[in-house]
Amino acid sequence: MIEIKKLTKQADNKLILRGVDLSIKKGETVAILGPNGAGKSTLLKVLATLIKPTSGLIKINGLDLKKDHIEIKKLLGYLPHSSLLYDHYSPLENLVFFGNIYGVNNVEQKASKLVKEVGLSFFLNEPVKNFSRGMIQRIAIARAIIHDPEILLLDEPHTGLDQGAISILNNVILSMKEKGATTLMVTHDFKQAAEICDRIIIVKNGRIVDDFKIENRNLGFVSEKYGLQMEGVS
Amino acid sequence: MNLFRTALLLAKKDLYSELKTKQILTTQIIFAGLVIVVFSFAFDPANNTTKAVIPGVIWVIIVFAGILGLNRSFISEQRNDTMQGLLVAPMESSSIYLGKFLANFAMMLVVEIVSIPFLFLLFDFKFNGSLGYFVLVIFLGSFGFIAIGTFLAALAANSKSSEMLLPLLLFPITTPILIGVVQATKIILTNMEKLSSAIAWIQLVTAYDVIFFVVCFLLIDYVLEV
Repeated sequence: MIEIKKLTKQADNKLILRGVDLSIKKGETVAILGPNGAGKSTLLKVLATLIKPTSGLIKINGLDLKKDHIEIKKLLGYLPHSSLLYDHYSPLENLVFFGNIYGVNNVEQKASKLVKEVGLSFFLNEPVKNFSRGMIQRIAIARAIIHDPEILLLDEPHTGLDQGAISILNNVILSMKEKGATTLMVTHDFKQAAEICDRIIIVKNGRIVDDFKIENRNLGFVSEKYGLQMEGVS
Repeated sequence: MNLFRTALLLAKKDLYSELKTKQILTTQIIFAGLVIVVFSFAFDPANNTTKAVIPGVIWVIIVFAGILGLNRSFISEQRNDTMQGLLVAPMESSSIYLGKFLANFAMMLVVEIVSIPFLFLLFDFKFNGSLGYFVLVIFLGSFGFIAIGTFLAALAANSKSSEMLLPLLLFPITTPILIGVVQATKIILTNMEKLSSAIAWIQLVTAYDVIFFVVCFLLIDYVLEV
Protein backbone atom coordinates (compact mmCIF):
# COMPACT_ATOMS: atom_id res chain seq x y z
CA MET A 1 0.00 0.00 0.00
CA ILE A 2 2.72 2.48 1.02
CA GLU A 3 6.32 2.03 -0.17
CA ILE A 4 8.97 4.50 0.92
CA LYS A 5 12.55 4.15 -0.30
CA LYS A 6 15.55 6.23 0.82
CA LEU A 7 13.37 9.22 1.68
CA THR A 8 15.23 12.34 2.74
CA LYS A 9 14.01 15.83 3.57
CA GLN A 10 16.34 18.74 4.09
CA ALA A 11 15.30 22.16 5.34
CA ASP A 12 17.71 25.05 5.94
CA ASN A 13 20.79 22.79 5.77
CA LYS A 14 19.28 20.47 8.36
CA LEU A 15 18.45 16.90 7.46
CA ILE A 16 15.08 16.15 8.98
CA LEU A 17 14.58 12.74 7.34
CA ARG A 18 17.74 10.72 6.68
CA GLY A 19 16.98 7.90 4.29
CA VAL A 20 13.70 6.44 5.54
CA ASP A 21 12.78 3.01 4.15
CA LEU A 22 9.31 1.82 5.03
CA SER A 23 6.73 -0.56 3.68
CA ILE A 24 3.16 -0.63 4.97
CA LYS A 25 0.59 -3.18 3.90
CA LYS A 26 -3.07 -2.46 3.22
CA GLY A 27 -5.18 -2.58 6.37
CA GLU A 28 -2.30 -2.10 8.81
CA THR A 29 -2.64 0.34 11.70
CA VAL A 30 0.78 1.76 12.39
CA ALA A 31 1.87 4.06 15.23
CA ILE A 32 4.92 6.27 14.72
CA LEU A 33 6.63 7.03 18.01
CA GLY A 34 9.67 9.13 18.75
CA PRO A 35 10.97 12.15 20.66
CA ASN A 36 10.21 15.74 19.65
CA GLY A 37 12.07 16.80 16.50
CA ALA A 38 12.65 13.21 15.36
CA GLY A 39 10.90 13.82 12.01
CA LYS A 40 7.59 12.03 12.67
CA SER A 41 5.29 14.88 11.61
CA THR A 42 7.54 15.70 8.65
CA LEU A 43 7.22 12.09 7.46
CA LEU A 44 3.44 12.38 7.73
CA LYS A 45 3.43 15.75 5.92
CA VAL A 46 5.52 14.31 3.08
CA LEU A 47 3.02 11.44 2.75
CA ALA A 48 0.13 13.92 2.86
CA THR A 49 1.79 15.77 -0.09
CA LEU A 50 2.14 18.95 2.01
CA ILE A 51 5.94 18.90 1.82
CA LYS A 52 8.00 17.86 -1.18
CA PRO A 53 10.74 15.35 -0.33
CA THR A 54 14.36 16.25 -1.11
CA SER A 55 15.08 12.78 -2.48
CA GLY A 56 13.72 9.27 -2.39
CA LEU A 57 10.78 7.40 -3.79
CA ILE A 58 7.26 7.14 -2.42
CA LYS A 59 4.62 4.90 -3.92
CA ILE A 60 1.09 4.72 -2.60
CA ASN A 61 -1.18 2.07 -4.09
CA GLY A 62 1.37 1.71 -6.88
CA LEU A 63 1.13 5.42 -7.73
CA ASP A 64 4.15 7.71 -7.67
CA LEU A 65 3.71 10.57 -5.21
CA LYS A 66 5.48 13.03 -7.51
CA LYS A 67 3.57 12.23 -10.68
CA ASP A 68 0.15 11.11 -9.47
CA HIS A 69 -0.33 13.39 -6.47
CA ILE A 70 -3.94 14.24 -7.32
CA GLU A 71 -4.93 10.57 -7.50
CA ILE A 72 -3.04 9.89 -4.26
CA LYS A 73 -4.71 12.80 -2.47
CA LYS A 74 -8.09 11.17 -3.13
CA LEU A 75 -6.95 8.18 -1.07
CA LEU A 76 -5.73 10.20 1.91
CA GLY A 77 -7.54 11.43 5.00
CA TYR A 78 -5.28 13.80 6.94
CA LEU A 79 -5.84 14.91 10.53
CA PRO A 80 -3.07 17.19 11.86
CA HIS A 81 -2.84 19.15 15.15
CA SER A 82 -5.05 21.89 13.76
CA SER A 83 -8.68 21.26 12.94
CA LEU A 84 -8.50 22.54 9.31
CA LEU A 85 -12.04 23.85 9.85
CA TYR A 86 -13.51 27.26 9.02
CA ASP A 87 -14.48 28.92 12.31
CA HIS A 88 -17.52 30.83 11.11
CA TYR A 89 -18.91 27.80 9.26
CA SER A 90 -21.11 25.24 10.98
CA PRO A 91 -20.05 21.54 11.08
CA LEU A 92 -22.47 20.84 8.24
CA GLU A 93 -21.12 23.69 6.07
CA ASN A 94 -17.53 22.65 6.73
CA LEU A 95 -18.17 19.00 5.86
CA VAL A 96 -20.24 19.87 2.78
CA PHE A 97 -17.48 22.18 1.51
CA PHE A 98 -14.72 19.59 1.93
CA GLY A 99 -17.01 16.79 0.71
CA ASN A 100 -17.72 18.76 -2.48
CA ILE A 101 -14.01 19.30 -3.06
CA TYR A 102 -13.47 15.54 -2.80
CA GLY A 103 -16.44 14.95 -5.11
CA VAL A 104 -18.50 13.04 -2.54
CA ASN A 105 -22.01 12.03 -3.68
CA ASN A 106 -25.04 12.98 -1.52
CA VAL A 107 -22.64 15.10 0.50
CA GLU A 108 -25.22 16.79 2.74
CA GLN A 109 -26.71 13.47 3.78
CA LYS A 110 -23.27 12.02 4.44
CA ALA A 111 -22.14 15.10 6.39
CA SER A 112 -25.25 14.98 8.61
CA LYS A 113 -24.66 11.28 9.23
CA LEU A 114 -21.03 11.85 10.20
CA VAL A 115 -21.89 14.73 12.55
CA LYS A 116 -24.42 12.42 14.20
CA GLU A 117 -21.81 9.67 14.48
CA VAL A 118 -19.40 11.96 16.30
CA GLY A 119 -22.19 12.90 18.71
CA LEU A 120 -22.75 16.51 17.70
CA SER A 121 -26.05 16.37 15.85
CA PHE A 122 -27.52 19.02 18.18
CA PHE A 123 -24.82 21.44 16.98
CA LEU A 124 -25.20 20.73 13.27
CA ASN A 125 -25.81 24.36 12.33
CA GLU A 126 -23.84 26.15 15.06
CA PRO A 127 -20.65 27.95 14.02
CA VAL A 128 -17.54 25.94 14.90
CA LYS A 129 -15.99 28.98 16.65
CA ASN A 130 -18.31 28.40 19.64
CA PHE A 131 -17.12 24.80 20.11
CA SER A 132 -14.74 23.38 22.73
CA ARG A 133 -11.44 21.75 21.71
CA GLY A 134 -12.95 18.27 22.02
CA MET A 135 -15.98 19.15 19.90
CA ILE A 136 -13.78 20.73 17.24
CA GLN A 137 -11.61 17.60 17.14
CA ARG A 138 -14.69 15.43 16.63
CA ILE A 139 -15.72 17.51 13.62
CA ALA A 140 -12.10 17.46 12.40
CA ILE A 141 -12.23 13.65 12.50
CA ALA A 142 -15.46 13.72 10.48
CA ARG A 143 -13.78 16.09 7.99
CA ALA A 144 -10.84 13.72 7.57
CA ILE A 145 -13.09 10.76 6.72
CA ILE A 146 -15.85 12.52 4.72
CA HIS A 147 -14.58 10.91 1.49
CA ASP A 148 -14.01 7.41 2.95
CA PRO A 149 -10.22 7.53 2.57
CA GLU A 150 -8.21 4.36 2.11
CA ILE A 151 -5.32 5.79 4.12
CA LEU A 152 -5.66 7.77 7.35
CA LEU A 153 -2.77 10.00 8.38
CA LEU A 154 -3.19 11.16 11.96
CA ASP A 155 -0.80 13.56 13.71
CA GLU A 156 -1.14 13.29 17.50
CA PRO A 157 -4.91 12.87 17.22
CA HIS A 158 -5.51 12.14 20.92
CA THR A 159 -3.87 15.34 22.24
CA GLY A 160 -6.22 17.43 24.37
CA LEU A 161 -9.22 15.16 23.96
CA ASP A 162 -11.62 14.06 26.69
CA GLN A 163 -12.45 10.37 27.19
CA GLY A 164 -15.59 10.64 25.05
CA ALA A 165 -13.72 12.12 22.12
CA ILE A 166 -10.88 9.58 22.53
CA SER A 167 -13.30 6.68 22.33
CA ILE A 168 -15.05 8.23 19.28
CA LEU A 169 -11.69 8.66 17.56
CA ASN A 170 -10.62 5.09 18.40
CA ASN A 171 -13.94 3.75 17.14
CA VAL A 172 -13.48 5.66 13.89
CA ILE A 173 -9.98 4.24 13.43
CA LEU A 174 -11.13 0.70 14.22
CA SER A 175 -14.19 0.91 11.95
CA MET A 176 -12.01 2.28 9.14
CA LYS A 177 -9.63 -0.63 9.77
CA GLU A 178 -12.54 -3.06 9.43
CA LYS A 179 -13.31 -1.47 6.06
CA GLY A 180 -9.72 -2.17 5.03
CA ALA A 181 -8.25 1.30 5.54
CA THR A 182 -4.59 1.74 6.40
CA THR A 183 -3.76 4.07 9.29
CA LEU A 184 -0.55 5.88 10.14
CA MET A 185 -0.66 7.63 13.47
CA VAL A 186 2.04 9.86 14.95
CA THR A 187 1.58 9.86 18.70
CA HIS A 188 3.19 10.27 22.09
CA ASP A 189 0.36 8.37 23.73
CA PHE A 190 1.72 4.82 24.13
CA LYS A 191 -1.53 3.59 25.69
CA GLN A 192 -3.59 4.56 22.66
CA ALA A 193 -0.89 3.26 20.32
CA ALA A 194 -0.91 -0.13 22.06
CA GLU A 195 -4.70 -0.20 22.12
CA ILE A 196 -5.46 0.41 18.46
CA CYS A 197 -2.28 -0.26 16.48
CA ASP A 198 -0.84 -3.54 15.32
CA ARG A 199 2.58 -2.25 14.40
CA ILE A 200 4.92 0.32 15.99
CA ILE A 201 7.66 2.32 14.30
CA ILE A 202 10.16 4.28 16.35
CA VAL A 203 11.78 7.27 14.69
CA LYS A 204 14.91 8.97 16.03
CA ASN A 205 17.03 11.65 14.36
CA GLY A 206 15.20 11.27 11.06
CA ARG A 207 15.71 7.50 10.88
CA ILE A 208 13.56 4.48 11.65
CA VAL A 209 15.38 2.78 14.53
CA ASP A 210 12.83 0.11 15.39
CA ASP A 211 9.87 -1.49 13.67
CA PHE A 212 7.88 -4.23 15.41
CA LYS A 213 4.43 -5.76 15.66
CA ILE A 214 2.47 -5.85 18.90
CA GLU A 215 -0.11 -8.28 20.10
CA ASN A 216 -2.64 -8.30 22.94
CA ARG A 217 -2.37 -4.52 23.44
CA ASN A 218 0.92 -5.04 25.26
CA LEU A 219 1.68 -1.53 26.55
CA GLY A 220 4.64 -2.71 28.63
CA PHE A 221 6.33 -4.17 25.55
CA VAL A 222 5.95 -0.85 23.66
CA SER A 223 7.35 1.16 26.60
CA GLU A 224 10.26 -1.26 27.00
CA LYS A 225 11.19 -1.14 23.30
CA TYR A 226 10.89 2.66 23.24
CA GLY A 227 12.98 2.99 26.40
CA LEU A 228 15.74 0.87 24.83
CA GLN A 229 15.94 3.15 21.81
CA MET A 230 15.82 6.36 23.82
CA GLU A 231 18.54 5.46 26.28
CA GLY A 232 20.87 8.41 26.60
CA VAL A 233 18.44 10.77 24.85
CA SER A 234 17.30 13.64 27.08
CA MET B 1 -12.64 20.50 -15.73
CA ASN B 2 -11.81 19.60 -12.13
CA LEU B 3 -9.62 22.71 -11.97
CA PHE B 4 -12.55 25.05 -12.65
CA ARG B 5 -15.00 23.07 -10.51
CA THR B 6 -12.78 23.25 -7.42
CA ALA B 7 -11.86 26.88 -8.15
CA LEU B 8 -15.56 27.79 -8.26
CA LEU B 9 -16.20 25.86 -5.03
CA LEU B 10 -13.39 27.77 -3.36
CA ALA B 11 -14.59 31.14 -4.69
CA LYS B 12 -18.12 30.32 -3.53
CA LYS B 13 -16.75 29.40 -0.10
CA ASP B 14 -14.87 32.71 0.18
CA LEU B 15 -17.86 34.77 -0.95
CA TYR B 16 -20.18 32.90 1.40
CA SER B 17 -17.69 33.50 4.24
CA GLU B 18 -17.72 37.18 3.36
CA LEU B 19 -21.51 37.19 3.38
CA LYS B 20 -21.41 35.74 6.89
CA THR B 21 -18.59 37.79 8.41
CA LYS B 22 -18.86 40.99 6.30
CA GLN B 23 -15.24 41.76 7.19
CA ILE B 24 -13.61 42.57 3.86
CA LEU B 25 -16.32 44.07 1.69
CA THR B 26 -17.58 46.40 4.42
CA THR B 27 -14.05 47.68 5.08
CA GLN B 28 -13.44 48.16 1.37
CA ILE B 29 -16.69 50.08 0.82
CA ILE B 30 -16.16 52.27 3.91
CA PHE B 31 -12.63 53.05 2.69
CA ALA B 32 -13.91 53.91 -0.80
CA GLY B 33 -16.61 56.15 0.67
CA LEU B 34 -14.08 57.98 2.84
CA VAL B 35 -11.75 58.60 -0.10
CA ILE B 36 -14.60 59.99 -2.19
CA VAL B 37 -15.87 62.26 0.61
CA VAL B 38 -12.36 63.58 1.41
CA PHE B 39 -11.61 64.29 -2.26
CA SER B 40 -15.00 65.93 -2.77
CA PHE B 41 -14.13 68.35 0.04
CA ALA B 42 -10.65 68.97 -1.32
CA PHE B 43 -11.71 69.69 -4.91
CA ASP B 44 -14.56 71.99 -5.82
CA PRO B 45 -17.06 69.99 -7.96
CA ALA B 46 -18.14 73.26 -9.65
CA ASN B 47 -14.63 73.76 -11.02
CA ASN B 48 -14.00 72.27 -14.46
CA THR B 49 -10.41 71.21 -13.62
CA THR B 50 -11.83 68.82 -11.00
CA LYS B 51 -12.71 66.52 -13.89
CA ALA B 52 -9.01 65.77 -14.28
CA VAL B 53 -8.84 64.37 -10.75
CA ILE B 54 -11.60 61.79 -11.23
CA PRO B 55 -9.56 59.09 -13.10
CA GLY B 56 -6.93 59.26 -10.36
CA VAL B 57 -9.52 59.00 -7.59
CA ILE B 58 -11.13 55.96 -9.26
CA TRP B 59 -7.81 54.10 -9.31
CA VAL B 60 -6.82 55.20 -5.80
CA ILE B 61 -10.05 53.58 -4.61
CA ILE B 62 -9.46 50.39 -6.61
CA VAL B 63 -5.81 50.02 -5.60
CA PHE B 64 -6.15 50.66 -1.87
CA ALA B 65 -9.53 48.97 -1.38
CA GLY B 66 -8.12 46.06 -3.41
CA ILE B 67 -5.12 45.74 -1.09
CA LEU B 68 -7.44 45.58 1.93
CA GLY B 69 -9.13 42.54 0.40
CA LEU B 70 -6.00 40.90 -0.98
CA ASN B 71 -4.24 41.01 2.38
CA ARG B 72 -7.02 39.02 4.01
CA SER B 73 -7.58 36.45 1.28
CA PHE B 74 -4.70 34.13 2.21
CA ILE B 75 -4.22 35.23 5.83
CA SER B 76 -7.77 34.03 6.49
CA GLU B 77 -6.63 30.52 5.53
CA GLN B 78 -3.98 30.51 8.26
CA ARG B 79 -6.50 30.26 11.07
CA ASN B 80 -6.82 26.56 11.96
CA ASP B 81 -4.39 25.88 9.07
CA THR B 82 -7.27 25.60 6.63
CA MET B 83 -4.76 26.14 3.82
CA GLN B 84 -3.39 22.68 4.65
CA GLY B 85 -6.92 21.33 4.27
CA LEU B 86 -6.99 22.76 0.74
CA LEU B 87 -3.48 21.54 -0.09
CA VAL B 88 -4.21 17.93 0.91
CA ALA B 89 -7.44 17.95 -1.10
CA PRO B 90 -7.35 16.48 -4.62
CA MET B 91 -6.87 19.71 -6.53
CA GLU B 92 -4.02 21.58 -8.16
CA SER B 93 -2.48 24.62 -6.44
CA SER B 94 -3.52 26.61 -9.51
CA SER B 95 -7.11 25.79 -8.61
CA ILE B 96 -6.62 27.47 -5.22
CA TYR B 97 -5.13 30.50 -6.98
CA LEU B 98 -8.00 30.65 -9.46
CA GLY B 99 -10.62 30.33 -6.71
CA LYS B 100 -9.02 33.06 -4.62
CA PHE B 101 -8.65 35.27 -7.70
CA LEU B 102 -12.34 34.86 -8.61
CA ALA B 103 -13.47 35.71 -5.07
CA ASN B 104 -11.18 38.77 -4.84
CA PHE B 105 -12.18 39.94 -8.30
CA ALA B 106 -15.90 39.56 -7.53
CA MET B 107 -15.51 41.61 -4.34
CA MET B 108 -13.52 44.24 -6.20
CA LEU B 109 -16.28 44.53 -8.81
CA VAL B 110 -18.87 45.03 -6.07
CA VAL B 111 -16.76 47.84 -4.56
CA GLU B 112 -16.48 49.45 -8.01
CA ILE B 113 -20.20 49.13 -8.75
CA VAL B 114 -21.02 50.86 -5.46
CA SER B 115 -18.27 53.48 -5.32
CA ILE B 116 -17.88 54.76 -8.90
CA PRO B 117 -21.51 55.97 -9.31
CA PHE B 118 -21.22 57.52 -5.82
CA LEU B 119 -18.02 59.30 -6.92
CA PHE B 120 -19.69 60.66 -10.09
CA LEU B 121 -22.65 61.80 -8.01
CA LEU B 122 -20.59 63.64 -5.40
CA PHE B 123 -18.37 65.28 -8.01
CA ASP B 124 -21.44 66.20 -10.09
CA PHE B 125 -19.73 64.53 -13.04
CA LYS B 126 -21.70 64.21 -16.27
CA PHE B 127 -20.56 61.14 -18.16
CA ASN B 128 -20.01 62.06 -21.82
CA GLY B 129 -17.48 59.39 -22.80
CA SER B 130 -18.00 55.84 -23.99
CA LEU B 131 -19.50 53.71 -21.20
CA GLY B 132 -18.40 50.50 -22.95
CA TYR B 133 -14.74 51.54 -23.07
CA PHE B 134 -14.91 52.87 -19.53
CA VAL B 135 -16.25 49.53 -18.21
CA LEU B 136 -13.63 47.68 -20.27
CA VAL B 137 -10.77 49.72 -18.79
CA ILE B 138 -12.05 49.28 -15.23
CA PHE B 139 -12.46 45.53 -15.87
CA LEU B 140 -8.99 45.05 -17.40
CA GLY B 141 -7.23 47.16 -14.78
CA SER B 142 -8.95 45.39 -11.91
CA PHE B 143 -8.28 42.00 -13.51
CA GLY B 144 -4.54 42.58 -13.77
CA PHE B 145 -4.25 44.20 -10.37
CA ILE B 146 -6.16 41.39 -8.62
CA ALA B 147 -4.41 38.62 -10.61
CA ILE B 148 -0.96 39.82 -9.58
CA GLY B 149 -2.18 40.84 -6.11
CA THR B 150 -3.66 37.40 -5.38
CA PHE B 151 -0.37 35.72 -6.30
CA LEU B 152 1.69 38.13 -4.19
CA ALA B 153 -0.78 37.84 -1.30
CA ALA B 154 -0.10 34.08 -1.29
CA LEU B 155 3.63 34.82 -1.29
CA ALA B 156 3.42 37.45 1.45
CA ALA B 157 1.05 35.45 3.67
CA ASN B 158 3.95 33.35 4.98
CA SER B 159 5.74 36.48 6.18
CA LYS B 160 5.13 37.91 9.66
CA SER B 161 4.79 41.41 8.23
CA SER B 162 2.65 40.41 5.27
CA GLU B 163 0.44 43.52 5.44
CA MET B 164 3.50 45.70 4.83
CA LEU B 165 5.15 43.33 2.38
CA LEU B 166 2.21 43.01 -0.03
CA PRO B 167 2.06 46.70 -1.09
CA LEU B 168 5.85 46.78 -1.35
CA LEU B 169 5.80 43.86 -3.79
CA LEU B 170 2.60 44.79 -5.55
CA PHE B 171 3.13 48.44 -6.50
CA PRO B 172 6.33 48.07 -8.55
CA ILE B 173 4.93 45.10 -10.50
CA THR B 174 1.53 46.66 -11.19
CA THR B 175 2.90 50.11 -12.10
CA PRO B 176 2.61 49.51 -15.91
CA ILE B 177 -1.04 48.46 -15.45
CA LEU B 178 -1.81 51.48 -13.27
CA ILE B 179 -0.15 53.93 -15.67
CA GLY B 180 -2.02 52.37 -18.60
CA VAL B 181 -5.45 52.34 -16.99
CA VAL B 182 -5.19 55.84 -15.47
CA GLN B 183 -4.20 57.24 -18.88
CA ALA B 184 -6.96 55.31 -20.66
CA THR B 185 -9.57 56.30 -18.05
CA LYS B 186 -8.53 59.96 -18.34
CA ILE B 187 -8.93 59.92 -22.14
CA ILE B 188 -12.27 58.08 -22.03
CA LEU B 189 -13.74 60.38 -19.37
CA THR B 190 -12.44 63.72 -20.57
CA ASN B 191 -11.16 63.63 -24.13
CA MET B 192 -12.80 61.06 -26.41
CA GLU B 193 -11.08 62.56 -29.47
CA LYS B 194 -7.91 60.75 -28.43
CA LEU B 195 -9.65 57.37 -28.28
CA SER B 196 -6.98 55.71 -30.45
CA SER B 197 -4.43 56.57 -27.79
CA ALA B 198 -6.70 55.05 -25.11
CA ILE B 199 -7.03 51.89 -27.21
CA ALA B 200 -3.23 51.61 -27.35
CA TRP B 201 -3.10 51.81 -23.54
CA ILE B 202 -5.88 49.18 -23.33
CA GLN B 203 -3.90 46.85 -25.59
CA LEU B 204 -0.81 47.28 -23.43
CA VAL B 205 -2.75 46.54 -20.25
CA THR B 206 -4.44 43.51 -21.87
CA ALA B 207 -1.08 42.04 -22.88
CA TYR B 208 0.30 42.67 -19.39
CA ASP B 209 -2.79 41.05 -17.81
CA VAL B 210 -2.54 37.91 -19.93
CA ILE B 211 1.22 37.46 -19.39
CA PHE B 212 1.07 37.95 -15.63
CA PHE B 213 -2.09 35.86 -15.16
CA VAL B 214 -0.43 32.92 -16.93
CA VAL B 215 2.86 33.40 -15.02
CA CYS B 216 1.05 33.57 -11.65
CA PHE B 217 -1.05 30.54 -12.59
CA LEU B 218 2.07 28.51 -13.39
CA LEU B 219 4.18 29.64 -10.42
CA ILE B 220 1.62 29.35 -7.64
CA ASP B 221 2.62 25.72 -6.99
CA TYR B 222 6.02 26.89 -5.69
CA VAL B 223 4.46 29.53 -3.45
CA LEU B 224 1.85 27.43 -1.67
CA GLU B 225 4.10 24.69 -0.29
CA VAL B 226 3.76 24.45 3.53
